[in-house]
Amino acid sequence: MSSNHPGLSNNFSRSGEKFSWSKDNLRSIKNIISKYPKGREQSAVMPLLYLAQEQNNNWISIECIETIAETLNMPKIRVTEVASFYSMYNTRPVGENLVQICRTSPCWLRGSNKITKTICKETKCEINDTSDDNKFTVVEVECLGACSNGPMIQINNDFFEDLDEESTKKIIDNIKEGKPNVIGSQKGRRSSENA
Amino acid sequence: MSDDLINIKVNQKEIQVDKNLTVMQACEIAGEEIPRFCYHDKLSIAGNCRMCLVEIEKAPKLVSSCTMPLMDGMSIITNSEKVNAGRKGVMEFLLINHPLDCPICDQGGECDLQDQAMYYGFDKSRYKENKRAVDNKNMGPLVNTIMTRCIHCTRCVRFATEVAGVPELGMLGRGENAEITTYLEQSITSELSGNVIDLCPVGALTSKPYQFKARPWELKRTDSIDIFDSVGSNIRVDSRAEEILRVTPRTNEYINEEWISDKVRFNYDGYYQQRIDTPYIKEDQKLSISNWDESLKVLKDKLKTLKPLALIGEHVDLETGYAIKKFMSNYGKDNVECRTDNHTILESLDSYRFNTPLNDIENSDLIILVGTNPKIETPIINHKIFKAYNNDAKVFNIGENISLNYKTEYLGESLSSLNNENLIKALKKSSNPLMIIGSAFLNKIKNIKTLKSIFSYADKYKVITKEKNNLNFLNPYASRVGQLIIGNTTNNLCEPFSNLKKDNFKLVLSFGSEHIANQQFNNCFKVYFGHHGDDGAMGSDIVLPTPLYTEKNGTFVNIEGRPQEAKKCHNPIGSAKEEWSILKKLSDELSFEFIPNTFDQLRSELFDKYPVLSDYHEIITVENSTSITPDIEFEDCKAEYPVSNFYMSDVISKNSVTMAKCVEEIISTPSLLEKSA
Repeated sequence: MSSNHPGLSNNFSRSGEKFSWSKDNLRSIKNIISKYPKGREQSAVMPLLYLAQEQNNNWISIECIETIAETLNMPKIRVTEVASFYSMYNTRPVGENLVQICRTSPCWLRGSNKITKTICKETKCEINDTSDDNKFTVVEVECLGACSNGPMIQINNDFFEDLDEESTKKIIDNIKEGKPNVIGSQKGRRSSENA
Repeated sequence: MSDDLINIKVNQKEIQVDKNLTVMQACEIAGEEIPRFCYHDKLSIAGNCRMCLVEIEKAPKLVSSCTMPLMDGMSIITNSEKVNAGRKGVMEFLLINHPLDCPICDQGGECDLQDQAMYYGFDKSRYKENKRAVDNKNMGPLVNTIMTRCIHCTRCVRFATEVAGVPELGMLGRGENAEITTYLEQSITSELSGNVIDLCPVGALTSKPYQFKARPWELKRTDSIDIFDSVGSNIRVDSRAEEILRVTPRTNEYINEEWISDKVRFNYDGYYQQRIDTPYIKEDQKLSISNWDESLKVLKDKLKTLKPLALIGEHVDLETGYAIKKFMSNYGKDNVECRTDNHTILESLDSYRFNTPLNDIENSDLIILVGTNPKIETPIINHKIFKAYNNDAKVFNIGENISLNYKTEYLGESLSSLNNENLIKALKKSSNPLMIIGSAFLNKIKNIKTLKSIFSYADKYKVITKEKNNLNFLNPYASRVGQLIIGNTTNNLCEPFSNLKKDNFKLVLSFGSEHIANQQFNNCFKVYFGHHGDDGAMGSDIVLPTPLYTEKNGTFVNIEGRPQEAKKCHNPIGSAKEEWSILKKLSDELSFEFIPNTFDQLRSELFDKYPVLSDYHEIITVENSTSITPDIEFEDCKAEYPVSNFYMSDVISKNSVTMAKCVEEIISTPSLLEKSA
């Protein structure tokens, strides 16, 4: 995976703004922590990183790490280790929509190059770049585990599968216009049933 | 007993071992050496270097022996072709990204990777792709990093978390991108941080002050003792010609295990700064260079007419102390004082030493710190308290609300906080409570009843029982316990220094004690025997150069009451002479009955007088003293801690450039976090 992926860098930066949990998140945190045995609250670090990323415009700043460390009463370096290990925690600011294009062999054989080109054209940004309007960040990644439905992309938490140039353009257009998208296969197939 | 033993075979040799061991430990018992990088017997098991592969019969693949528990009847093979090939494979992977810079690497010659590559390395590389390079990380003024050399064994990370108790190091990223770093590249704030240098099996973490200074095979090794705190950590001093180039620990499982504090490891550059190399005499309010004949003649004349008082400093060894005692006995009694900080004691040994053997601290379930900051006074003892804390011991603190690397419950600033309800409740529940009374209070006590009350309190709450004595007294000075054993003190139990009858003495001899600068001696003729020009020397009328602890042989008794020897590493700087030989010369000229002709005679006379001291490395045993008062009463005194700055606590470390850098970068520089706030 390219080390330019926002989730795979070891360098964290400050946002410059104070990060404190929203009221909703405070409620969820209480809920999450209660799932773990007493004295093992630190196990909740991964769900909390997710919450922080959601609340902090899709990335983990040093302020987020410090708040999580304080909430779970664990060393900051331990939170940093987890956040840097997993690629789904972005260590630098990204656009509202993080578009991850799978380029591993099965998707590539089914034409992921074309999808990449279409996305770059439609979002007006290069690979590893964020668009000027801060709507999109586009990155190429290795296998996301939906090989039988390739080519596919992941936008934030959703998979879009069985893509061609047309459906890809539609998805991007819908996002731009704020319209909802169909998640999953764009050819109407359920899961990975025979096409 | 036999329940715990199982039969296994190592290379077809049958042995019986404890079933709780790992395969690696069993192999070691069987005498088979297993190569390893990540495994270290003082740290938790990680199992990530894969170097310790062995073959186990009936197991389909090679297994890493450090993580594998033993089973009855297991047959382990450590020397087969398969094992060798496996280890060679692991080594090839480790070397893929390891730079070939051994010729310029400080670890060269004492590098685990280099050594093991001799056995398992390939002579050429099959790797054609780009090697990875990693940015060096800042870890502070002591630890130098060349992170491309790192093989990700995580020993340093585990050390920082488990031993030093400062979880500041970590491994970021994964796979190809894994990097060891401190949080936001801040300096490590531990007093034990230098030990990661010894732990690092490659040259990724090396000593900054020792960088490019020497090769291990050109160094002369001398066994010595850490005299910068009272623990008496065992050290080895490495020197070339007349210069000490580095200080590393010697393993002593009873005292420092494998660790030493950063102060003794790095302050050796201070040994050669501001040294007094020749005698000085004060003329017209200014010290001017003199010579031995002249200065001793002046001193002799003074000694003929004036009644002297001897002050003993914190770095004075026992032989010197004994010579001083013998010399001063010609002038009567009560004229030698080592408790220049007003340290209150009772007569018996158990009222001024650490009565619990240091290794037993970790077995305690309740620790009360009374007027002591072990983190900066004695980092090794702090590590042992941290071990107890990790075994679920509760730690209480009385005095100032100091910050330590573990949680304490703060009870209050005066001794009477010992009567705190929470504490009493916890004491009653505790099965092995331990008290540490520090100098912050001991030096302030005005009424001996208070100290006796502490004994009664300890007796009442089972800190002292017939089997054990867990009432401990902690002072940070290496010389103190030994000097008190040979009786180099006056008979005032409380405030000995303040109560000295100043009018009686017109001549003060200070043996490395800075307290000679105290204004109460303003009317006295002052003579300073020492090695560093500081306050003590500046204010004196005669300054006589004496050798540093590395420049003479000497015995020190550590805080537990364990005599140990510090050996001479090189000749004294300048014209420095050992104290006993100066005193010998003086007493010959004054026709006193004195002092043997050689150091060995002096030492054997000392041992004849105090046979317990000759038993090196054994703790002196005493009966529990019975100084118990029926009513417990604590006076109100304010804690004043003897050490406020770990890196600059004595004349030697004050003159060390490395220690000055530590103060600047670790203590004075606010962390990045505070900067941004």
